[in-house]
Amino acid sequence: MSAWLVEVFEALFALALAPGLVGLIRWIKARMQSRLGPPPWQPYRELRKLLHKEVVVSDNASWLFRFAPYAVSASTLAIAFLVPLIVVPRRFDMIGDLFVVVYLLLLGTFWLALAGLDPGSAFGGMGASRDVTVAALAEPSTATAIFSLALGAGSTNLGAIVVATLNDPRTVLTPGHLLAFAALFVVALAETGRLPVDNPATHLELTMIHEAMILEYSGRYLALLEWASGLKLFLFLSLLANLFFPWGIAQTMTPAALAWALAVLVLKLVILAVVLAVIETRVAKLRLFRVPELLTASFVLALLAITSSFLLR
Amino acid sequence: MDMTLLSGLLAALIICYLAGALCALLAGDLYGRMLAAAGAVLGALATVGLGIAALSTGAPFSAIFNFLPFGGCALRIDGLSAPFLILTGLVGAASAIYGYGYSAAYEHVYSLRRLGALFNLLLLSLALQVMADNVVTFLFLWEIMSLLAYLLVLTEHREPAAIRAANWYMAISHIGFAALLAMFLLLAGGDLTAAFDTLRANAPSLPDRDLIFLLALLGFGAKAGLIPLHVWLPMAHPVAPSHVSALMSGVVIKMGVYGFCRVVLDLLGAGPPWWGGLVLAVGIASALFGVLYALMEHDLKRLLAYHSVENIGIIFIGIGAGLMFQSYGLLTLAALGFVAALYHALNHACFKGLLFLGAGSVLHATFTRNMEAMGGLIKKMPRTALAFLIGSASISALPPLNGFASEWLVFQTLLGGSHIPEPRVALMMPVAVALLALTGGLAMACFVKAFGITFLAIPRSKAAEQAHESPASMQTGMGILAVACVVLGLIPFFIVPVFGRALAGLGKLPWDTARFTLALPLDIPGAVGSMSSPLLAAGLLILLAAIPLALRLAGADRRTRLGHTWGCGRIGQTPRMQYTATAFAEPLRRVFAELYRPTQDLSIDFHPESKYFVQSIEYQSEIHPWFEKLLYQPLIGIFQKTADRVRWIQAGWLGLYLAYILFALIALLVFAGWLP
Repeated sequence: MSAWLVEVFEALFALALAPGLVGLIRWIKARMQSRLGPPPWQPYRELRKLLHKEVVVSDNASWLFRFAPYAVSASTLAIAFLVPLIVVPRRFDMIGDLFVVVYLLLLGTFWLALAGLDPGSAFGGMGASRDVTVAALAEPSTATAIFSLALGAGSTNLGAIVVATLNDPRTVLTPGHLLAFAALFVVALAETGRLPVDNPATHLELTMIHEAMILEYSGRYLALLEWASGLKLFLFLSLLANLFFPWGIAQTMTPAALAWALAVLVLKLVILAVVLAVIETRVAKLRLFRVPELLTASFVLALLAITSSFLLR
Repeated sequence: MDMTLLSGLLAALIICYLAGALCALLAGDLYGRMLAAAGAVLGALATVGLGIAALSTGAPFSAIFNFLPFGGCALRIDGLSAPFLILTGLVGAASAIYGYGYSAAYEHVYSLRRLGALFNLLLLSLALQVMADNVVTFLFLWEIMSLLAYLLVLTEHREPAAIRAANWYMAISHIGFAALLAMFLLLAGGDLTAAFDTLRANAPSLPDRDLIFLLALLGFGAKAGLIPLHVWLPMAHPVAPSHVSALMSGVVIKMGVYGFCRVVLDLLGAGPPWWGGLVLAVGIASALFGVLYALMEHDLKRLLAYHSVENIGIIFIGIGAGLMFQSYGLLTLAALGFVAALYHALNHACFKGLLFLGAGSVLHATFTRNMEAMGGLIKKMPRTALAFLIGSASISALPPLNGFASEWLVFQTLLGGSHIPEPRVALMMPVAVALLALTGGLAMACFVKAFGITFLAIPRSKAAEQAHESPASMQTGMGILAVACVVLGLIPFFIVPVFGRALAGLGKLPWDTARFTLALPLDIPGAVGSMSSPLLAAGLLILLAAIPLALRLAGADRRTRLGHTWGCGRIGQTPRMQYTATAFAEPLRRVFAELYRPTQDLSIDFHPESKYFVQSIEYQSEIHPWFEKLLYQPLIGIFQKTADRVRWIQAGWLGLYLAYILFALIALLVFAGWLP
């Protein structure tokens, strides 16, 4: 029973910390650009503000527009239950593996893109069209990276992959593992709408992807969507951290091990946040039609990862 | 379970379909419509019952009838036919109910008698097809089925598009039939009355096994719509009445899958690895090209037809991977692949049937298949919209619906490719995984387009503005398949062991049946991951309930105000400001420009005074599947040239034709005398 409770706690922990991670990245970015920047807890204030504002819904929109924020946040939160954060082996492994995670992400994209089309604004359609394009083109490298991980661990279950890497720490430094990490990192940039694929800080009409889809949202709906997108970023970074570098994850249920795992997770996320902030200050946004090249590169990396695993086994 | 139940159901289904067909022919328009639908529904229910009864006994059931002049018609039900009986009955029942309402529009325009009778007879031939147990029965029913489908495509026989589509369908299905005839002649050693049991026993020692396999792939691929034999599919399925389209896309093309499984898995037995590799490659090509061309379609029914090519591709990926594993002796993985393919065939029948019925409702309400003239239908036809949404989510493989369950199984099968001992063969599997994932992503993009442009935002035409919800019978038809999509998605833990057991009963598939166990989290030997869609669905529902509750507890503001869509300060919004289907697919069109090779036509009219002023700009861009032209244009050329050359033998004089017949007879007799 306590195992279940710990895993539910993990999901809630991710939910609670996700806006903070977004704020932290923004803060580091601001500092690197020699700006003062809002404090890392600014997103919490924004969410509070949004939750206490009324919602304005377009008169063209249907029930789908009002339902989509719940569908998107539910599917993202469902992923939070599947991603290993602080303890393995996981009970929730039997509900879904990495493919389930990928298709739950697609479920969120599906609803959000439909909601973007619903009010009939050109921006929403533009954002939806671009978002599904990027999501579709990111699929091959995601799937190939999963293949590569499953090859090493003999399983697509997230907990099992972590356990396999923990049991054989040398695999962390094999070329297959590192190449797959690079591939999935690029996918993470694309899927979470970060530079150089999408700029989370802009509302410039012609470059928006994610922001264009949620342009018509306000109040509690916008709060849910912002929170869900923060959670998605949190989960992607945790996946990168824990699937490829699982050190520190607790394998027993002792309080000390759990506390240590929690601290290590936060540390890994801070490191990744710094990396992301550095990339975002150094890299310019790619033209939309150059994004496929980036994703193709990521796919090639993932394929090389598998080839090297085949050759080295 | 006893045999009397099975034979009773078999008799019931034959009688119901025939009675339905007869009533359609004899009764007037209204009663004929009603009785034809009733006969089809009862027959379809008996078909489903027969399938379920056969699956639950697990034992094969045989009945031999002797009423054909050439040695008898043999029928037999086994584990491979039962799933196809179930999917035929399910889609048949739903489209029959739907057809009762839908065909009302044909009254006084086209013959309802013909439509009702042909529909019932097609259902009958489909049900019997999967039971055929000797060569002549199989081929006879195959040809009958093709002819009935041809006549149904011709329902709107005054439309030039329908005639053209029907001709293409006829030509390609006869190329397929010729291949099948040759294949069965080789397989049966010339004896077309041979029972399948005899073929099964003789197959391992046949000399031309590779040729038989290739002919089977060609013949059944033509029926299933595998690339490059798919050209008839996007032409024929849209022009048929929508409930017939549902039946054709959901069931008729599945007969290609059934036939291929019957011949290659059951009769022929395991072959060399390249068989599986070829099937896998053709499957991947079909899946990818199907979805890519679907993305560029703005005709709702043509879009769905291209998606049938895609899904048939996914089914053949499962079969191909299974064949490969079988030839490397990895039988558990092979079983997984075949089960995944069968499961996906059943699922595709449900969601594609549902989507065609939904598209039919839209056509019924707006009188157009062009998506660019639709929009806002979710408010006018909420139930159709919900049904289409469920179908869209299923076909996009979104959890927890049925498309996801079977695609997950296909992914798991392909992951098993790492067990193949030869690295260069094994390396095919990650590529297959990647392309299947790309297909899934593109299908999602395509159905965001299909649903979003058709049902959401502001109506783009007068017709869409005045659309109305379809009658209750059509809603019931869609409802049945929508429920089937949800339920089939929730019970993979039940379907997989049952299908596994059914397949294990087949002659040449000797795997361990006991290892398929029934458990809530899907536990499959050979698969490397676990997934439990009922728990996943329950979790999603709990979260969907918990999130609004949490918002309320957190004291979120609950006021909602209606406003205009934000438009940068302009007043009033017109449908022309919305994204169109073309615009929506534009990024992907650019990304895959090399593949599409769009033709572009840009003409600018300058002002006579100065070329800095433009009077009008005309831009046209079209996409034609160029490889189809590359492949079929020369064939059509040769055909027409030959036809020109032999024209002189036609004189239009009866005596001459009688003389031709006489000479042909004499020539045949002489030829027969020569043969040993």
